[in-house]
Amino acid sequence: MCLGYPGRIIEIKGDFAKVDFGSGVIKDNIIISLVDAKVGDYVIVHAGYAIQVLDEEEAKKTIEIWNEYLKSISENR
Amino acid sequence: MEEFVKMVHGQGGTAMQQLIKNYILKYLGWGEAELPLKALDDSGVMNGIILKSDSYTVKPLFFPGGNIGTLAVSGTINDILMVGGKPLALALGLIIEEGFPFKELSAIIESIANLAKSVDVPVITGDTKVVERGALDKLVLNMSGIGIRHPLLDHNFKVVREYRKEFNAKWLMDANLRPGDKIILSGYIGDHAIALLSVREGLKFKSEIKSDAAPLIGVMDAALKIGGVVAAKDPTRGGIANLLNEWRDKSNVGIKIYEEKIPIRDDVRSACEYLGLDPLELGNEGKAVLAVIDEMAEDVLKAIRKHPLGKNAEIIGEVTKEFDYVVMETIIGGLRIIPPPIGDPVPRIC
Amino acid sequence: MSDLKSILMLYRDPKLAKRLTEKIHELAKEINDYTLIMHVCGTHEWTITHYGIRSLMPDNVELRAGPGCPVCITPASDIDAIIKLSLDGIIVMAYGDISRAKGGKGISLEDAKSMGGKIKIVYSVQDAFLLAKELSDEDIVFFGVGFDTTAPATAYMIKRDPPKNLSVLSSYRYVPPAVGALLEAPDLAIDGIINPGHSSTVTGMKPYKEYFDKHKKPMVFSGFEPIDVLISIYLILKQIRDGKAEMINEYTRSVTWNGNVKAMKTLLSVFQLEEGYWRGFGIVDNSAFEFKEEFDFVNARVKYGIRKPTARGEFVEGAKCADVIKGKIDPIECPLYMKECTPDNPKGPSMVSIEGTCRIWAEHKVTAILKCRI
Repeated sequence: MCLGYPGRIIEIKGDFAKVDFGSGVIKDNIIISLVDAKVGDYVIVHAGYAIQVLDEEEAKKTIEIWNEYLKSISENR
Repeated sequence: MEEFVKMVHGQGGTAMQQLIKNYILKYLGWGEAELPLKALDDSGVMNGIILKSDSYTVKPLFFPGGNIGTLAVSGTINDILMVGGKPLALALGLIIEEGFPFKELSAIIESIANLAKSVDVPVITGDTKVVERGALDKLVLNMSGIGIRHPLLDHNFKVVREYRKEFNAKWLMDANLRPGDKIILSGYIGDHAIALLSVREGLKFKSEIKSDAAPLIGVMDAALKIGGVVAAKDPTRGGIANLLNEWRDKSNVGIKIYEEKIPIRDDVRSACEYLGLDPLELGNEGKAVLAVIDEMAEDVLKAIRKHPLGKNAEIIGEVTKEFDYVVMETIIGGLRIIPPPIGDPVPRIC
Repeated sequence: MSDLKSILMLYRDPKLAKRLTEKIHELAKEINDYTLIMHVCGTHEWTITHYGIRSLMPDNVELRAGPGCPVCITPASDIDAIIKLSLDGIIVMAYGDISRAKGGKGISLEDAKSMGGKIKIVYSVQDAFLLAKELSDEDIVFFGVGFDTTAPATAYMIKRDPPKNLSVLSSYRYVPPAVGALLEAPDLAIDGIINPGHSSTVTGMKPYKEYFDKHKKPMVFSGFEPIDVLISIYLILKQIRDGKAEMINEYTRSVTWNGNVKAMKTLLSVFQLEEGYWRGFGIVDNSAFEFKEEFDFVNARVKYGIRKPTARGEFVEGAKCADVIKGKIDPIECPLYMKECTPDNPKGPSMVSIEGTCRIWAEHKVTAILKCRI
C-alpha cells in the first residue's frame, strides 16, 4: 500500500489539513501532525495522512542531474 | 454460468459479451440479413434499411453538456452512421416513474426536439409508459432509428478498391480491417465519463468538463467524401479499449496504438490518475474511431479536422501483423497489452 | 500546483526514458549474466506493468515482484477472526481491498456481509473513528491492514482519544526485515533490490543498513514514476557491473536516511515489533506491529481473544499464491492464473488486491511478455 499522491495544503485546522490534489480533487481531514508543513507546501498523502513534505528542489535536481549526465555520456561517444 | 444478472453485465465489456453470447445470440442469432444480429455491429441492415435500437439509463438525467435526451439522439444517430448509414428518422419510447416532474420531462423532450431538428432527423413515432413510484429510477428511454445507405458510401468504397482490389464489403463493418490500415480518433477521450463523475463525486475543474454527446453526421460526411474508410465505431461503454478489442476479434488482426498520440485533456488525465481510472476504458458519446486505408489516412484526417467536432482528431495507431493483441506503446516507449475491459469503470453513463 | 506537476511530468519524459533504456542495455550486455532485480512494492509493480517497463528490459534482466502487497500477506487467520466477529454482531470496519480477500475458510468479509455479517467499508482510519463515535452504542473493530506506511495514522488516532467502543485488530507489518528475509532466502538468487519508496519515506533508509551489511547487494530506494524506476534499474546494473554494492537513494524528493521521525516515534509509542507471519511468505522476525500492554484497552486480540497468527499455508489447492507473493515465480507460472483465477473470480489474495501482482498482471492482460527492439 505504497500509493501516495502529492497535493498542496490549502488550509490547516489543528491536526488536520485540506489538501488540493489538482483537477478538482480536494480532500479534507488529512492528518497533518506527523510532518512539519505549512499552508502552500506540497505533501505526499497516504491512507489519509501526510507522510512527507515533497522536496521540490530535490525533484528538480534529480531530473536535471540525470538529464545532464545522460546527455554528456552520449555526447562523449 | 452465472445465476443472476449483475451490474457488470451491462457495462459494455467482456461480462456483457458473455450475456450476449449465452442468451441473446443463443436464441436470436438465427436471423439472416445484410448485416445480421450475429455480426454484433453498431446497427443492423436489412434490404438496405439500417435499423438501430438503443436504450438510455444514464444517471444523473441532467449533466454538464447535455441530458438523457441529447445523449439518446446522438447515440442512436451515431450508431447508424457507424455502419455507413444516413440517419432518416427516430422513434422514442419513454418509461417514466410516477412522480417525475413535468418540468424536467419538458426540458428533456425539448432538448430532443432541438437537437433532432438541428440535424434534420425527426422523431416520427414513439410510446409513453408510466410505472409506479419505485419501479424504476425517474426515467429511462429507448431511442430507435432508421437510416438508408449513405450517399457517399459507394464513392468511399470505390476509393478503397483503388488500393485494395479484393475489398468487397458493402457496409462499414468491424470485420473490414487489414494490416496497414490507420486508426483515426476524432477527438478528446474521457470527457463524457468525467463530466458525469464530476456531478456524482462533486469534482471541480479549472474549466468545466462537459459531456461530448453530439451527432457526428458532419464528421462522417467529411470522411466519406474523401474516401478510404473501411470501418467506423463510436467508443461508448468500455471506451477505445473495448472498441479496438472488438475490431481485433472480428477482423482477426493486431492493433498498435501510441499513448502520446491519444488526445486527452490535461484535467481529464489528472482526474483519471487520481481516481484510479484508465481513460482508455471510459465511455465517450461524441467521438468516432475510423479505420482508414494507409494511403488516404492523412487526407481523411485533414478533412475531419476542418469540422468543429473533429478538430482534435489524431492518427493514433495502425493495424499490424506484428502482434496478436491490441498493444500500446507507452509514453516512455515501453509496450503493454490493452485488454478488453471487464466492464466500464463508471456505471450508467449511457 | 502547476509548477510541481510540471516538474513531476518530467519523470515521464520519453527522451530521458530512451537514453536510460539504451544505457541499461549496454550495462546488461557487459554483465552478460542472468540478473534478477526484485522490488517489494505493489505500486512499483503497477508502474512497471502500466508503462511497459519489462518490454524495455534486456533479455538477461528480470524484474520480479516480491511481497509488497499488504492485503496479500495479511494472515488468513486474522481475516477469519474478523469475519467471525462480524457474524457475531460486532461491526467491522475495513478498507475495500481487504474485504474481498478470502481467509482460510474460503470466504471473505464481503461474502460474510451477504451472510448477515456487519461490515462497513471505510477509506481512512479517521473515517472509522468518526463512524465509531456516531455508533457509540455498538462495539466496533477496525481491521488494521497495511505496512509501516499506513500504520502511523492508526497509531496517531489511537493516541489522540479513541472512542470507548472501538478496538483495533493490528495486522500491520514492518517492511525492512522482510527485505532481509528475501535476501536471506536460499531459493531466490536476488542480484539487486528496488526498495519501496513510501514505506521507506516513513522508516528511513537506516533500518535497511543491517541487511545491506550482511548481504552486500545493491539497494536503491526508488520513486514511482517511470523515470524513477528506470534510473533505479540503471543504478543497480551499474553496481553489479562494477562489482560494487551500495545503498542509494533515488527518491531524494521524499526519502531520507532517518525517514519521518515523528511518524516512527508515534508508531513505536503505540506498537512494539514482534515475530510476524506473512501469508505466503512465512515468519519474519520483528516484523509485526502488535499493541504495547498499555494499549490493551484498544487491542482487539485482548478484547476478543484473537490469537496471533502462526505459520500455516492456507491457499486454494493447486494455486501458487505463496510463490508469487514471495517473488519466486511470475503470475503466469501459476496454473490457475487467468483460467480459474481472474479478477472477476479471484482465488487468492494476489488476484484480489489492487496491488497484488496477479491482479496487476491480469488487468494488463499480461499473458506474454512483449519485447521492444532497442
